[in-house]
Amino acid sequence: MIHKLMRSKAEPGVVSESAHTVAGAESPATPAETSAPHKNGATAISTNGTQPSLSLRGICKSFPGVLANDNIDLDVFGGEVHAVLGENGAGKTTLMKILYGVYQPDSGVIAFKGRETRIQSPNAGRRLGIGMVFQNFSLIPALTVVENVALFLPSYGMFLSRRAIARQIQEVSDKYGLQIDPKARTGDLSLGERQKVELVKLILARAEVLIFDEPTSVLAPHEVDGLFRVFDELKRDGYAVLFITHKIQEVLQTADRITVLRHGKVVECTPGEGATADHLVAMMLGIGVPEVVRNTQMRQHSANGAAVEFRDVWTAEKNDPRGLHGVSFHVMPGEILGIAGISGNGQQQLGEVLLGLQRRRSGSVYLFGEDASGRSIASMLDAGVAYIPEDVLGMAMVPTMKVEENLVLGELQKYGNGGIWLDRKGMRRQVDSTLSRFPLKLAPLDTRVEHLSGGNIQRVVLARELAMSPKVLMAYYPTRGLDVLTAETTRGLLMECRDNGGAIVLVSEDLEELFALSDRLVVMYQGNIVGEFQPESASLHEIGLLMTGHHM
Amino acid sequence: MSTFWIVLGGAFTGAVGPGISVLYATYGELITERAGRINLGTEGCMLMGACFGFIATVETGSATLGVLAAMLAGSMLSLIFAYLVIFRDTNQLATGFALTMFGAGVTAWAGRDYVDSLIGGLNPISIPLLSQIPLVGKALFRQDILVYLAYALGPLLWFGLYYTKWGLSLRAVGESVTVAFAAGRNPALIQVAAIAFGGALSGLGGAQLSLAFTHTWSEGMTVGRGFIAVGLVIFGMWSPVRAMAGAFLFGGAIGLQLQLQSVGAPVSPFILDMFPYVITLAVLALWSGAASRAMPEGLRTVLRGGT
Repeated sequence: MIHKLMRSKAEPGVVSESAHTVAGAESPATPAETSAPHKNGATAISTNGTQPSLSLRGICKSFPGVLANDNIDLDVFGGEVHAVLGENGAGKTTLMKILYGVYQPDSGVIAFKGRETRIQSPNAGRRLGIGMVFQNFSLIPALTVVENVALFLPSYGMFLSRRAIARQIQEVSDKYGLQIDPKARTGDLSLGERQKVELVKLILARAEVLIFDEPTSVLAPHEVDGLFRVFDELKRDGYAVLFITHKIQEVLQTADRITVLRHGKVVECTPGEGATADHLVAMMLGIGVPEVVRNTQMRQHSANGAAVEFRDVWTAEKNDPRGLHGVSFHVMPGEILGIAGISGNGQQQLGEVLLGLQRRRSGSVYLFGEDASGRSIASMLDAGVAYIPEDVLGMAMVPTMKVEENLVLGELQKYGNGGIWLDRKGMRRQVDSTLSRFPLKLAPLDTRVEHLSGGNIQRVVLARELAMSPKVLMAYYPTRGLDVLTAETTRGLLMECRDNGGAIVLVSEDLEELFALSDRLVVMYQGNIVGEFQPESASLHEIGLLMTGHHM
Repeated sequence: MSTFWIVLGGAFTGAVGPGISVLYATYGELITERAGRINLGTEGCMLMGACFGFIATVETGSATLGVLAAMLAGSMLSLIFAYLVIFRDTNQLATGFALTMFGAGVTAWAGRDYVDSLIGGLNPISIPLLSQIPLVGKALFRQDILVYLAYALGPLLWFGLYYTKWGLSLRAVGESVTVAFAAGRNPALIQVAAIAFGGALSGLGGAQLSLAFTHTWSEGMTVGRGFIAVGLVIFGMWSPVRAMAGAFLFGGAIGLQLQLQSVGAPVSPFILDMFPYVITLAVLALWSGAASRAMPEGLRTVLRGGT
């Protein structure tokens, strides 16, 4: 490395050329090696004197009705981890899409290494050296790791030299301790591994600014620590890491500098050292810290037996990783059962089997002590089962219909006036009276659902499913897309439902939420329940390990 | 007993001839599908190739020019398909099928004066030594140039798909247009090129039929081979090398049927005519589960009716 560093100083063009060609098969040049002025190591943070890798001045971007980015200034330096912190809807994603060339700013200036530039497309951004690790990765599952990486290499001649590319991947992988198998089919990798592939891809495509959009949302707790170690390595090699998140703990753990966004504006840019969680929350929300609702009341199981019980339910063959593999569990009335697990480990099938959307291969489902295995969807709904699905827009809403119509979707017969006409006035009266008792504010009732934001759609579903105080509720990610205050209100609603005797199965990716709400907690991994805990006596670490397939 | 061996030997000899035209069309359709499009106009492209290749050979006296004309004719028809599905966003299955009908009509009309024409066409070339191998030698190595080209094309296409930049781009487009675009490729252009190339190969298959196999032109002479090719792509799970096996299986079924007819098997010739197609369908039915995983993602919505 030192040898190369010196050579690159002597003849700057040479190293970057050889990084292009696979035939040369040299390890990829890091920004610290190619651009001389950057310092290695911990001192690289100093912001005066060095030129930022990327700098934004006065960036504005508006969408109909929203000013998503309002006069944003941001500098990202080589050799630092810069966190952009903000709630959902604070403008983080818009800002990142501008950096990556998906959106064009309405006004403002972007400079890359001091040179003003326009980023017209993702491809142009990547050519400059800006790489982005998206939440849903840009990898093709059917291709191998080598092929996915090759697709994004700047140039490798006419033929695809699998061995040379595999060697490059191996080198980067070893250097940052990523443990990637270049020959693996990408679709067979876990989400955490795919994230690493994405990172290697960007490094080999010679990105110098690496943008991570909510990178930890697909990771288990111990994988998060691994990612942060990689951040440190990247920093040392002179890369600029831009880390977008709403998780304060992670920011405190890893960021050298923190930029806080609220309502599209930069409210603060502060060094990571010395920052406190309380302060950041206050900045992020613009208010004092809300009390986290805690589930203090441990309920005794009532004697009438379980509201829902699964007995050895299978939906898939043993060797098929998707689906349920002999799941047994029960929920009592007045109990919240939390289900922890990385999404895609059978959680979705639980709800679909309960409701009758998906067939079982074997096993049975009991509802209030009766075998409900073969019952129709309609009869399950009539029995008081409510369902907040994972894919709200696809499974719970008709996007082209109005909010009001979606609210009464399940009970349209009630308003069938003489069997032909829809009694719209009666419908509106009913909806108004229900909503008057409901604490969440909804979008105007005659808006079409397709025009609502994710958070507002979620509110409509919550209103429909919770307002009727269901006896059984399958809730998937109920607070997803909601702002902090609404999420708190929603948690309160769930507990109210529980206190009224409802049995709730809560599937969430937010472990803190699960710990706060659940009376009992189970962990799912590959279609099985692999552990059961009382939230008071379980540790995050323990559950994180189980979620990723480690046995105790 | 000896009849049995004659029939089987004959089936084997017969496998190569009729299999080659299907093999070309299968290659062509395979490239098209790897780019994420399914062209049911393959049958039409084969007819275009068979007809215009034949006409060009009659008019110029050169089979080489005939072959080139066939490839051009096939790619012209497939370019209409490309324009309609990529730029006008029409339904792929309906468009392809309509173009097959269109190709059948055009060739019936254009070829009406050539039905009785005679040509030298392409004649077998024996490969020394190899053609002397007992039983299979003559079948495999005393054939026309297009047969040898077809042998070579399978491994070549395989290499192209997996070991060149173009192949990677093509497969990426077939798997995810979004990612391919993000990687700086032009998906529409790649699909147009793949479809045109596929059409040219189908046209070449048609030319093999009229210039080398039958040395005649007759209306609708491909009798569904283009559709068989679509099936064989699935049978070969989108691999050119496996597609060769499929094409020879189909050719063998035709060869067997011809042999059975010639030894006077007590079965209606109409039943025997169905034989190759029934075999192909049966194999497809058994295969479809395994093929599902190999299917390019871009085809899934078309072949599965959306998910």
